[in-house]
Amino acid sequence: MWEVVVGLGSCGVAAGGLAVQQRLKELLEPEKERLVLKETGCIGLCYREVLVEVFEDGRRRTLYGGVTPERVNRIVEEHLRRGRVVAEWVVDREEVLAKQKRIVLRNCGEIDPTRIEDYQARGGYRALEQAVTEMTPEQVIETIAGSGLRGRGGAGFPTGTKWRLARASQDEHKYVICNADEGDPGAFMDRSVLEGDPHSVLEGMAIAGYAIGAGEGYVYVRAEYPLAIRRLRDAVAVAREKGFLGRNLFGSGFDFSIRLKEGAGAFVCGEETALIASIEGRRGMPRVRPPFPTESGLWGHPTCINNVETLANVAWIISNRAEAFRSYGTENSKGTKVFALAGKVRRGGLVEVPMGTTINEIIYDIGGGTVSGGPFKAAQLGGPSGGCIPASLGDTPVDYEQITATGAIMGSGGMVVMDESTCMVDIARFFLSFTQNESCGKCTFCRIGTKRMLETLEKVCAGRGKPEDLDTLAELGEQIKASSNCGLGQTAPNPVLTTLRYFHDEYEAHIKGKCPARVCLALVEFGIDPGKCNGCGMCLKACDPGAISGQAKEVHRIDRSKCVKCGKCITVCNRDAVLKV
Amino acid sequence: MDPGNVKEIVVPAFGRMLWRHSGEPGMLIPLLQAAQDSYGYVPPLAIEQIAEATRIPASEVFGVITFYKQFRLRPLGEHIIRVCKGTACHVLGAEMIAQTVGEELGITRDETSEDGLFTFLEVACLGCCSLAPVVMIDDQAFGRLTPQKLRGVLRRYRKKADRAA
Repeated sequence: MWEVVVGLGSCGVAAGGLAVQQRLKELLEPEKERLVLKETGCIGLCYREVLVEVFEDGRRRTLYGGVTPERVNRIVEEHLRRGRVVAEWVVDREEVLAKQKRIVLRNCGEIDPTRIEDYQARGGYRALEQAVTEMTPEQVIETIAGSGLRGRGGAGFPTGTKWRLARASQDEHKYVICNADEGDPGAFMDRSVLEGDPHSVLEGMAIAGYAIGAGEGYVYVRAEYPLAIRRLRDAVAVAREKGFLGRNLFGSGFDFSIRLKEGAGAFVCGEETALIASIEGRRGMPRVRPPFPTESGLWGHPTCINNVETLANVAWIISNRAEAFRSYGTENSKGTKVFALAGKVRRGGLVEVPMGTTINEIIYDIGGGTVSGGPFKAAQLGGPSGGCIPASLGDTPVDYEQITATGAIMGSGGMVVMDESTCMVDIARFFLSFTQNESCGKCTFCRIGTKRMLETLEKVCAGRGKPEDLDTLAELGEQIKASSNCGLGQTAPNPVLTTLRYFHDEYEAHIKGKCPARVCLALVEFGIDPGKCNGCGMCLKACDPGAISGQAKEVHRIDRSKCVKCGKCITVCNRDAVLKV
Repeated sequence: MDPGNVKEIVVPAFGRMLWRHSGEPGMLIPLLQAAQDSYGYVPPLAIEQIAEATRIPASEVFGVITFYKQFRLRPLGEHIIRVCKGTACHVLGAEMIAQTVGEELGITRDETSEDGLFTFLEVACLGCCSLAPVVMIDDQAFGRLTPQKLRGVLRRYRKKADRAA
């Protein structure tokens, strides 16, 4: 029996995966005894979606990329019926996977996330059984502590220590919360794990519950992830049916149940005290710590909050022992890290590398370099809380301390690659407008300081900047970091401070009236490429100030004295003839 | 609460949830989500009913609604256009994409077109970064867009609506 597997993570669906699945269903229906159609979560090679993988009897596997309903016909006809691989559409997995080590993503793209049997067949829920029947809670905590696992949400707090603190708090009620409020723009690691392997997270939560003495868990998941929510809800129900959640797990007397809470769209709710406020039904405003949630969290009870990726590591560590996990990584950062690789990189997708892998290796060896083929200019790590690491520091290894030393942060795992056509001042402005918008408003420096910084950056991007503005930015940035209560404010200036540090010349160029990447419209001039313009008149009609002239079917011209640089001509031109110079 | 009070609720999901609500804490946000699922926005009547059921003052309910981006106090258009403003989309030209939506529909973000056909929203990240720049119309994602491609897509939606009318 052969299996045909369609990748139906959100990326796959967005790329048209459902239509591909539908076509396969129609074509395979008469042969369903021999050809079984299955689905899986994110395979990780997002740049080649839609992905379809064929497993033959001998388990030879062939991965097809860029599949469309039309291409399905040929794959079915040639490969599935006649056994001849359609070589031109095959994706070379090894090229991308060679430098990766998959612990968190061990099942993503390998199993059908809707079938608990698939998860069990790969050892699922055996770690939980082992923990509750053969280990004391203290032994579980010591194993996790001994593995060196640190929080994958970004801050890198040692997970074993957190569990120990939560265990030490005396209370009848304790909670485990899985933080699945993945809010960084450009990050989709947690979503992919929840969609592709939800049981690994549930199993990690149950083990955490056993370790700290909690009987109840919550998954706080972004409402913007409808597929992840559906997968989680189904996974909780079936795990309960099978006795992996609920009362008296594996006859050990340990009870554990899990509930879902949908977030309502507030970036600050990724902060643990804000997240708790949100579950309690209030505005998600962070409060001052201590007391830390491990002493007083949800409804005032001790609460252990771990991120999705952290929890997805737990069962693997219990099954494979702490030493196996420790064998990957650097001195202070053990195991692996998942990154969502995106931006101007050739092979974007979900990658998991051993800690210690350098940024260059991720971008060039795994990501295949930039789209343009030139060198990358910067890699943005950690989203709005992180910073831009310049190409000159490309040898920086993935390690909490070493990344922090560059001024960026490890963050939750977004890695956006930028090249010469990215303006670093514009990127700083982009992130600051995000955090400014998301500031809850509690601390003055975060509320007003970010606003003043944003105004200054907008001025610089509009060509109205003055040299002293750069000093103001640096000064305000440091003050906001020092005077904000929570992580959002403390890290909000990072994108600005790191670009000021590594790309100061670009800021200076803006002040002198030039945007080297030609992104900031106010600082570029518009022109028309006579080689491309066919005189269709679209731009002429669209130009409100009447700066464009030209006869039909003749090359048009832009009168720069009338041009207001709105960019409308670029958006209407069908031939890419409008130039930014 | 008295089930008689929920008679006006015509959509069952929200009504059922209100009716079943037994005063357990932490239900405010799920109730608001149910109201929005049922009506497409949170109408004033729902605010009153939720306040009554949860015994949380309406002013506080309102405070929670305005804190979270998910909640809307006005009804939406027939089609919802979500322009992704995530980092990957940003570096690949999301600004031009957003500008194109605005030009094509004659509205700015958070507005609904006069004919009630489109609502234009900007969102932080849709999570399909490898398809950037991305726009989602209702439940369908359109990836690797250019302003020109997007105009084509929007015009197809408009034509379809014109034919239906």
